[in-house]
Parts: sequence; structure tokens; C-alpha cells
Amino acid sequence: MSAEAGLAALPAAEPLRSRSGAGPAPVRIVVGYGFWIFLLSDIILFSALFATYAVQQGQTAGGPSAHQLFGLRNAGIETLALLFSSYTCGLAIVAMEQRRMSAFYLCFALTFVLGATFLGLELTEFAGFVARGAGPTRSGFLSAFFSLVGLHGAHVTVGLLWLIFLVAQTAYRGPLDYVRRRLLCFSLFWHALDIIWVGLLTMVYLMGAR
Amino acid sequence: MAQIGAVVGAATEHESSGSFWTYTAGLGFALLLTAASFIVAQTDLLWQPGVAAGLVVLAVAQMGVHLVFFLHIGTDAEGTNNVLALTFGVIIVALVLAGSLWIMEHLNANMLTPTQMMDMQR
Repeated sequence: MSAEAGLAALPAAEPLRSRSGAGPAPVRIVVGYGFWIFLLSDIILFSALFATYAVQQGQTAGGPSAHQLFGLRNAGIETLALLFSSYTCGLAIVAMEQRRMSAFYLCFALTFVLGATFLGLELTEFAGFVARGAGPTRSGFLSAFFSLVGLHGAHVTVGLLWLIFLVAQTAYRGPLDYVRRRLLCFSLFWHALDIIWVGLLTMVYLMGAR
Repeated sequence: MAQIGAVVGAATEHESSGSFWTYTAGLGFALLLTAASFIVAQTDLLWQPGVAAGLVVLAVAQMGVHLVFFLHIGTDAEGTNNVLALTFGVIIVALVLAGSLWIMEHLNANMLTPTQMMDMQR
């Protein structure tokens, strides 16, 4: 028996299938994947600023140091506000999937209030530093601090504006597929910001205040 | 045809967002880890030179909790690509952070102090 005849006797290979066995992935999965790639690139951008901060941490140029500036009380309240806003954002998505619209609006309102609380505390802290002569131009340490924490704050600001826009769109268009995909992307963005804050809290505040 | 419809319907119904209890469990774990971080940073519960390492471990654990419970990065079939992309991202972040610190540490150690520089100019 030749080798070719032996091969022909084998059963035909099964056609390739997607892992889930349900054909091409639903649009929602694909959109989530694309947005996840964006978020990872954003996290890589933050990692460069984290590295800068780590290098510049001791370069105070005779100005105030991390230990003199940072209070853990403020950082703790900020952490709780952002963590709970991430939680209510997740609950809003759950409520949306179950079409409980009033719960959805309530959860997103809480997300907005908690996010705005976080931003307000951060801006107050920044204004306090600048008033004490510890602005971003004072030293390499403070430049790195304001870039890193300020970029996170800018992301939170953009997120809050996006949240207002999406709630208005949901109210106007209703829970259509594409509106729900946008809401999903927003929730991924908001949760990713909380992950970055965990790193920020640990590296800047918890280690700096010691 | 009806069967295909049912399968597609099931695929869209079973969406990658968690339930109320997933988020609540995530919140609970995150609160515990945050509290642990603050306690470790403010008390001498840990051996002092090890506090930084302890804080890093707690932060990484909390990031893991956020990824699993809030972002639903899991091991289901549709999530394989997400996990691969995350792995790539983590490698890049580790390279950027560890590489920068390593290089700058060495540059710092090799740098001349101003007095040494003046000695050379003499």
C-alpha cells in the first residue's frame, strides 16, 4: 500500500471552527477586544510616566519631598470614591442588560457623583501644592508627579464628559445594540482607570508618604 | 434555522458582563486589599525594609481582582484574545518600568559629582 493510499484511507479532517463553536464572534466581543487593545496601549503610555516618576522621585532640588507633601487621608478618600464609582458603573451595566432603566440611570448618576468627588479632591490637592510653592516647575520630582497624576485626572475628566454624553444618548435613542456597545466600552475605560489608580496610590502616595 | 437563531441568541445573551454578585465580590476583595495596603504602609506590621515589596504585592493582587471581577478577563473561549493582548501589555509595561529603573540606577551610580567634575577641569 502506497503512502498516498494510506492517507486517503484516513477520515477527512474536520473543518476549522471557532473555539466557541458558534461561528464568528458577536460584534460585541469584537468591539470589546478592539477597545481592550486601546486600553492596553493607554496603560503602556502610563507605564512610561510611572518610570519617569520612579526615576525622578528623589530629585527634589531642595524643594518639598513626597514625605512632606502627601497625606494618606486625602488619598484614601480619593481611592474609595474611585473604587465605588467603578462598582456602580459595573452595576449600571448589569441593570442595562436586564433593561432596568431606572436602576441604570441611578447607578450612572452615582458613578458620576463619585467620579466628580474624586476629581474635586485631586484638584483641591493640586491647588494646595501650587499655593505652597510646590507647583510642577519647582523640581523634577514635582514635574513627574503632576504629569503622572494629572494625566490620570485628565482621563477621569474625559470619562465624566463621555458618561454625560452616553447617558443622554441612551435616554434619546433607547438601549439599542450600538448604544449598549458604547456603554460597555465606557465601563471598560472606567475600570481600567481604577486599575491605574491602584498603581498610582501604591507608588506615589503609600510609598511616598512613608 | 430556528436552532441557529437560538445559538446566536444565546451567544449574544451570554455577554461578557458579570452579574451583581461578581461586582460585589470584586468590591469586597478590592476593599480588603486596599485596607491591607494602608495598614502595611502606616504600621510596622511588616519588617520595615520589606514594606515596599509588600505594597507592590498587594497592588498587583488588587489589579488582578479588578481584571477578573470588573473587566471579566477570564479563560472562556471568546476571551483568549483578550488574555493574549493583556500578556503582551504586561510584558511591555514590565520592560519599560524595570528597564528604565535599571538603566537610570546605573547612570546615577556612574555620574560624576560636581566636585569631581571641577577636579577634571583643573
